[in-house]
Amino acid sequence: MRVLGIDIGSRFIKAALLENGELAATRMVDTSFDPLERCKELLEETAADKVVATGYGRHLLEVHSDIKTITEIKAFARGARAMFPSCRTIIDIGGQDTKVISLDDAGSVKKFEMNDRCAAGTGKFVEIMARALGYSLEGFGFVSPEGRRELQINSMCTVFAESEVISLITKGAGREDIALALHRSVASRVLSMARRVSLEEEVVFAGGCARNGLLKNLLETGTGKTINVAKSPEITGALGAALYALGR
Amino acid sequence: MSGKDYAKMWEELGLNLENHAGLLGVLSKAYTDIYLSQKNRPKAMEYFDFVISEVHGLRIEEIVNAKEAGRKVVGTFCVYVPEEIVLAADGVCIGLCAGAEVGSEEAEKFIPRNTCALIKAFMGFKLSGLCPYVESADLIVGETTCDGKKKAYESFNDITGKVYVMEIPHMKTTEDRKLWLSEVRRFKDKMEALSRKKITVEGLKKSASVVNVKRRALQRLSRLRAADPAPISGLDALLVNQVSFYDDPKRFTEMTNKLCDELDQRVSNGTGVAAKGAPRILVSGSPMAIPNWKLHAIIEGSGAVAVGEESCIGERNHRDLLDENFSTVDEAMEKLASRYLGIDCACFTPNTERLDNIKALTKSLHADGVIHYSLQFCTPYLMEAHKAEKAVTEVPFMRIETDYSMEDFGQLKTRVEAFIEMLR
Repeated sequence: MRVLGIDIGSRFIKAALLENGELAATRMVDTSFDPLERCKELLEETAADKVVATGYGRHLLEVHSDIKTITEIKAFARGARAMFPSCRTIIDIGGQDTKVISLDDAGSVKKFEMNDRCAAGTGKFVEIMARALGYSLEGFGFVSPEGRRELQINSMCTVFAESEVISLITKGAGREDIALALHRSVASRVLSMARRVSLEEEVVFAGGCARNGLLKNLLETGTGKTINVAKSPEITGALGAALYALGR
Repeated sequence: MSGKDYAKMWEELGLNLENHAGLLGVLSKAYTDIYLSQKNRPKAMEYFDFVISEVHGLRIEEIVNAKEAGRKVVGTFCVYVPEEIVLAADGVCIGLCAGAEVGSEEAEKFIPRNTCALIKAFMGFKLSGLCPYVESADLIVGETTCDGKKKAYESFNDITGKVYVMEIPHMKTTEDRKLWLSEVRRFKDKMEALSRKKITVEGLKKSASVVNVKRRALQRLSRLRAADPAPISGLDALLVNQVSFYDDPKRFTEMTNKLCDELDQRVSNGTGVAAKGAPRILVSGSPMAIPNWKLHAIIEGSGAVAVGEESCIGERNHRDLLDENFSTVDEAMEKLASRYLGIDCACFTPNTERLDNIKALTKSLHADGVIHYSLQFCTPYLMEAHKAEKAVTEVPFMRIETDYSMEDFGQLKTRVEAFIEMLR
């Protein structure tokens, strides 16, 4: 049997295909202005027998076909647990929301925190700030914290932080120093959320931002705990949805 | 929304007819989408559907007629205003419009942007010429519950010239009780002066009974929601509570009891609006003024049932009865002061009764989880949300902070759905 988990995020649509219970293929495409069309293409390409959708756009598919949905909270819990069987805490910095999920021994969601309407501390914030400093998204996390001057970004609001960055640039602050300060501000936001749910080991950093090595390091320093990152962290939600489809 | 043409009446009240037609259009569509699409609704909800369809029509006509007959109309924003005193002066007591995102830009000429949605709405409704209740009111009674309202009433009085403010103490010491008692007496004098009618002990006995039987009907509805499966949706029960603030009290009581008779039947037949065992949620926090149905729509659209509102539009309004055992006007004032000061609003410090009430309700309504709802910038409830979270230990608890806009609908839905997934 072929089952597909599809995670319709605000920036990317991720898909994980399981064949006889084994991960057979993964896909990641831009959400674009027409996510339904992107989803249809993925569904056609994978020709799965069963599909479960998750992510911000999950109800898009529920309306248009007979596809079950689960929230990304539950999907990330399943997915992270499959990647790291003793996972108890998940940190996910997604395109438009950041969440910290706490699991019990059996892997069920015990508590979660998620930002509300504002994009502060989310993947979108990281993306906009990378662009403001002329970094590619991939290159942004390669900034080394060694020997950097200590700068403070006070504002968590994307709009205000951007003007703060511009004012730092005009004051002659180094690009890498600003980059580090921005990463620190995101990490501190995530850490304050994490403290509200309790941080039990193992901690898993999932979602696309987990590829950002600097964020991972800052979170490790901030929590004093080892942070695990899977080989394909962005696929966590899609995998969780696929496993749910299998009834696991 | 209704068949009859009320344009002339609205124009005479000074409403902006164009804006008003737009508002009724939006309200009608929201009501159809959110309310009329529900399954297995009790038949007796038809009355409340009718009331909503005539919210700015027939009810306003009744109020206008009452005014012509010499009765005074008193508009309120808060459950601290003693309705018994208004009724004893032969007045009509109505809760004013404050539950929709309307006229924010106009309102922001008088109040800061970061003011809670409820305050912004009552300013906005007035400034856009959309609330026939404000227009027909002879007196608007404000109260010093929070800083936002307190200061906004100053501007609201500049605009309407009809505002009277009651001082609500923020503690419950002997001195505070004295202050509040004198405020209740001052309000009685104000109502006598306004209506040119003497408030008598007989009048108070009558009004006390009218308001108490209304409270009893609402308490009965609240208790019926403890059944599993829930005999009525949270949306419908919330609506009944919202309507209780502006409908004619006697008719409202009769219709609510009729609804409860039907719900009694449903409970004994095991009929419900959701399957037995569906997740049950207690909503606690800031008031949900009509037509604020956002959170309940999300909860019930995600497969759970809202089984109670620990809120001013809910338990805080009807939990305590007035002790009718008085034989002089002055004794009545004391009983009134004592009854109203018992309300556990977050503007009080300390306010531990509220935490006990949340716990008791969670238990009596068999709630599987509690969602604490705070309006953005509503500091008293936002502060108490943290205390409530610590106090509720038996079931999962989630705090949300939102306003009347739909821009965070997606995030809220994800959070509420994930919370419900935890309860299953």
